[in-house]
Amino acid sequence: MQDIIRSIEEEYYKKDLPQFGPGDTVKVHVKVIEGNRERIQVFEGTVIKIRGEGLSKTFTVRRISFGVGVERTFPLHSPKIAKIEVVRRGKVRRARLYYLRELTGKKAKVKEKGR
Amino acid sequence: MARDIKKGILGIKVGMTQIFDENGKAIPVTVVEAGPCVVIQKKKVETDGYNAIQVGFYNLKEKKVNKPLMGHFKKANVKPVRFIKEFRVSDADAYEVGQEIKVDIFAPGDIVDVVGTSKGKGFAGGVKRHNFARGSMGHGSKYHRRPGSLGAKGPARVFKGRKLPGRMGGERVTVQGLKVVKVYPERNLILIKGAIPGPKRGLVMIKDSVKA
Repeated sequence: MQDIIRSIEEEYYKKDLPQFGPGDTVKVHVKVIEGNRERIQVFEGTVIKIRGEGLSKTFTVRRISFGVGVERTFPLHSPKIAKIEVVRRGKVRRARLYYLRELTGKKAKVKEKGR
Repeated sequence: MARDIKKGILGIKVGMTQIFDENGKAIPVTVVEAGPCVVIQKKKVETDGYNAIQVGFYNLKEKKVNKPLMGHFKKANVKPVRFIKEFRVSDADAYEVGQEIKVDIFAPGDIVDVVGTSKGKGFAGGVKRHNFARGSMGHGSKYHRRPGSLGAKGPARVFKGRKLPGRMGGERVTVQGLKVVKVYPERNLILIKGAIPGPKRGLVMIKDSVKA
């Protein structure tokens, strides 16, 4: 039964997704439709959460915009996402980075992963 | 009286998922493995008092069927099936005995009604079963989820049909006005927007909608 559902979801999967996890800084290229024109908007920030499985998998990106924290949750396989770029790999010790919401300035930064 | 349907099919609920439409919007869908169903018998006003077709779904091994039922299948010259249901139709002669009904009778955009047997909830209280309002959980209240008054003092009895706790679920439920999102004719699959009654692997009946 699960195989049937997986085979239906497979048609919609994106094949070219980069590997990324919580703490990574990513650039999400979102397709925005204005009137009848379509353009690409980039949302850059830290991944603070990845949840779900299969087609309903989503990830949440947090950034500080004009001093206000903004979080956007995207369906990972959404056709509205043109591209996801990984800018920096972050070093974190948990899967959900909710503690970032309480921090500001330099403390709210995720350290880069040493290679 | 049951309504004459234009088209109907039997299926098995596979489960739910979501797909993206052309605008990139996620749509919740239920996957149903429907058909191929086979017409076993035609019923007519002259002989049975009403017009209907009897259809079967889900092939079975011959040894799983008892003799009287096997005779019924032999008569129609069809393979033995697990589920047998009737669809009221205005003209039974439009169908042939042994004819297959497949999912391709439905197309994306069609509005359908889905009939199934809801999941059993066991012995449920009034709050869950009849949407009773619950009492305050705090502020010194000790009245939490009880059914409340059963009626006036005058009649000195409780009227029949009074909503009270009891067995919930496991009954026939129809959900009307659901949209067909996608059909895979070669794989006998149909995707219907939203939830439909019953557990996974439960039998469901998909018909054209009363409200279409």
